[in-house]
Amino acid sequence: MDYAANLAMVLPEIVLSLGGLVLLMVSAWGGRSVSRGVSWVSVAVLMGAGIALIGPASAGGIAFDGLYNADLFAAFAKVLIFFAAAVSIVIAPRFFARTSGEDLRPEYPVLVLFSTAGMGMMVSANDLLTLYVGLELQSLSAYVLASFMRRDVRSAEAGLKYFILGSLASGILLYGISLVYGFSGTTIFGDIATAYAGAEGSTKIGLLFGLVFVFAGLAFKMSAVPFHMWTPDVYEGAPTPVTAFFASAPKVAALALSVRVAIEAMGPATGDWRQIVIFAALASIVLGAVAAINQQNIKRLLAYSSINNVGFALIGLAAGTAEGVAGVLTYMTIYIVMTLGSFLVVLQMRDEHGQPVETIASLSGLSRRRPALAAALAIFMFSLAGIPPLFGFWAKFAVFEAAVKADLVALAAIGIAASTIGAYYYLKIVKTMYFDAPAPAYGKSDSALEGGLIAAAALFVSPLGYLLIPVLGAWSLAAARTLF
Amino acid sequence: MSGILSIMLIVPLAAALACLFVNANQARWIALGATLIDLALGGVLWANFEIGGPQWQFVEYTPVFGRFAWALGIDGFALLLILLSVFLMPICIGASWEAITERVPEYMAAFLITEVLMIGTFAAQDIFLFYMFFEAGLIPMFLIIGIWGGANRIYASYKFFLYTLLGSLLMLIAMMYMSITAGTTSIPELMAYDFPPQVQTWLWLAFFASFAVKMPMWPVHTWLPDAHVQAPTAGSVILAGVLLKLGGYGFLRFSLPMFPEASAQLIWLVFGLSCIAVVVTSLIALVQSDMKKLIAYSSVAHMAIVTIGLFTFNRQGIEGAMMVMLGHGLVSGALFLCVGVIYDRLHTREISRYGGLAVNMPKYAVLFLLFTMASVGLPGTSNFVGEFLALMGAYQVSTWATLIATTGIILGAAYMLYLYRRVVFGDLVKDDVKAMPDLSKREMALLAPLAAVTLWMGVYPESFLAPMRNDVATLLARLERAKPAGDSLLTPGNPVAPAAHAQTADHGAAH
Repeated sequence: MDYAANLAMVLPEIVLSLGGLVLLMVSAWGGRSVSRGVSWVSVAVLMGAGIALIGPASAGGIAFDGLYNADLFAAFAKVLIFFAAAVSIVIAPRFFARTSGEDLRPEYPVLVLFSTAGMGMMVSANDLLTLYVGLELQSLSAYVLASFMRRDVRSAEAGLKYFILGSLASGILLYGISLVYGFSGTTIFGDIATAYAGAEGSTKIGLLFGLVFVFAGLAFKMSAVPFHMWTPDVYEGAPTPVTAFFASAPKVAALALSVRVAIEAMGPATGDWRQIVIFAALASIVLGAVAAINQQNIKRLLAYSSINNVGFALIGLAAGTAEGVAGVLTYMTIYIVMTLGSFLVVLQMRDEHGQPVETIASLSGLSRRRPALAAALAIFMFSLAGIPPLFGFWAKFAVFEAAVKADLVALAAIGIAASTIGAYYYLKIVKTMYFDAPAPAYGKSDSALEGGLIAAAALFVSPLGYLLIPVLGAWSLAAARTLF
Repeated sequence: MSGILSIMLIVPLAAALACLFVNANQARWIALGATLIDLALGGVLWANFEIGGPQWQFVEYTPVFGRFAWALGIDGFALLLILLSVFLMPICIGASWEAITERVPEYMAAFLITEVLMIGTFAAQDIFLFYMFFEAGLIPMFLIIGIWGGANRIYASYKFFLYTLLGSLLMLIAMMYMSITAGTTSIPELMAYDFPPQVQTWLWLAFFASFAVKMPMWPVHTWLPDAHVQAPTAGSVILAGVLLKLGGYGFLRFSLPMFPEASAQLIWLVFGLSCIAVVVTSLIALVQSDMKKLIAYSSVAHMAIVTIGLFTFNRQGIEGAMMVMLGHGLVSGALFLCVGVIYDRLHTREISRYGGLAVNMPKYAVLFLLFTMASVGLPGTSNFVGEFLALMGAYQVSTWATLIATTGIILGAAYMLYLYRRVVFGDLVKDDVKAMPDLSKREMALLAPLAAVTLWMGVYPESFLAPMRNDVATLLARLERAKPAGDSLLTPGNPVAPAAHAQTADHGAAH
């Protein structure tokens, strides 16, 4: 295959990388004054990368002799990632201007672009090394983003914590990769699958160890229990737009990556990894729900909520079927809208001086002061709890139905029963907003754009979202089929 | 006439959205208007329902959701329950006219949404559409109890929500399994699909977990007294009047026709729990000092008679159960309104704070007496028909269960009459009670229609039995193969009587 064809398949990543490099130069010379301009250009770059997905980048298949896979599955995940990244860029300038009193540094959108390029590589990886390089590119940018408010102690702490624990996880993952390579003799997913299918005796044990370490590393990246400890601290400490980014785009990337590794590289060992995934899923659902109950900080609560949601998404992976993978994609699509919507509401939580307020108690009586905002957050909360007729119910439906179809009825029953625990803390937010006496009012909303995004997200999550099921279902299934 | 069901859903939905953008008084009128339009549409529905016609009427089918469809359609059971809902709704709005003064637009919107969801639940013909309507009802009720409820409203709203949610989720898994196995999500098709008996048991239990909580059956009834006591009057009316019927409707629509074998196999469970419920909750009702709590416990006892009736596998039982559901919907709703009337005046539900109301509130005393008697099951009122039929049906299956359940009627008389005596009779000694005015025109307008229909159902139940007759027959045909043998061991009739009659005739001819 000639180079031009290969490059056409990685066009989105090229757009992102070149765009990021050019903007880096612009920001190096332009300074703070260009940060808004850089932000908007970055959004345009992300849109351009999205457009670049049309054609060989979403249907080309294997590129660079098996290092890279530009299939529909990757394209689906990339659309979600680009969208989430764009939203995180759009919401940032006002936040930083208000909070730190000085304008956003233009490196923020650039780092998001680099991180996004890394995520693009992650979801398209067809080789353990591509996977690792993509993952590190994503993570390194993310570490910096977490500590982006340098003068804020919590932000610096979040960055450091994320970096140390993230490096540890990368180490574990790399160790797993080396074991897999050592016992299979290859790093290309398809060949690894062959090795797993034919493994016997000590090779089988070696590969099994490799599998366990790889999954442990991946579980860290998607913050599934028992590798979730960093999540609440990082989410709480990082600036809110960055938290919104962490809770959406990298989650999609990590889950899509894990799905691809599980199905394409380790498909023959489904019975082995299924146990790990089932444990991680149930533990995430339960711990994510129980630990959230006593949280006083809304960002910490949403961090546990994201752990909880990863658990549900993993139920689809545990099914190990095309429907299950389609369920994961559906879940993530709906999840990022709910999460970004919730964080957009969190951005509106600020006192009259514009400083962010993060306590749940400050939401008291919001329904009287800002009825529309309260209604939107209530919609997101009920939706995250999976109550019909909101669209979050459909996300859970998709993964649980796949589990039932794969004869994992007991898993589905336990998982769905545990979702009642989660419902409790989502209800607590609704209760605080609707039942409690009003707390001091928040500062006025000053951005029509954020309001519009919240409204759009609420509309997507509302029952109107159900009209999208035929499209969403067909695309996610088509994307999932490419893995099988 | 197709499309009328969708219109009945759209009217209150549009009104609910409109309510959010207007002031309190406009919201009241919009809500009243919308519920009255729905009542009128309900009348059209009833008038056009072809008795003896096809099983499913007013069918609509639009596959807009991919995995499941916007499929609506009603049979006789659904028709009657929809009529009950649309009938109670304007009354609820009227009952909240003056009692609710805070956040009226949201309140009216929540009620209208509840109406949409209730009608939708009864009309849904797709199993997942049913689930969505069924489950979504939690959200507005959660808000109604939590925002406009009494002192302990937050605890009650949580309990209501989480209790019923946990029950329903297991049902959802069962529904997924069924739709995958049978390859369809259409309720009529699933009603005709035969699941293997051992699978049926599991599915039945999953559905039971949901419907037993909704019903509510002992021992998972404990959310009901809390929810009722804390809810505003209209909230209690709608809870007792319609939402409790969702459980019974679920048994009728899913458990019985879809899992006949499992239903027959687990009949002991239903009868056992129901018999305990009748006796235990009646005794609990007897010692309550809070009026709403008393009526709430009486609801649990009445619903137990419904479950007994439903699982009799014979015509009397099932028709009786439906009649109890309808009658209880009217009567318990009316009783909650009666409590609301005096609560609005004195702001307490303590029974001992009242007494002697017959002197200064004669109209109220008469209407309250009527509904008390109806709740007891006095002949000539709606509940008599239902309870009598249900118990008659039950007698053919289990004489013991019937014996125990019938004590519920006696105990019912005890606690209801005791309540009535303490509130209405006796001397009028308390000054604040003396100052209470009799029913206003608005309150009369709310209670009078309920009284009229209660009597109508008692005197001429045929109007209500006719629409469901064919559906009961269809259901019985489906259940026939699993029908349990009764313990009353009927023997063939003794043919002496006709012979004697013939002799008399001969005598007559001879003379």
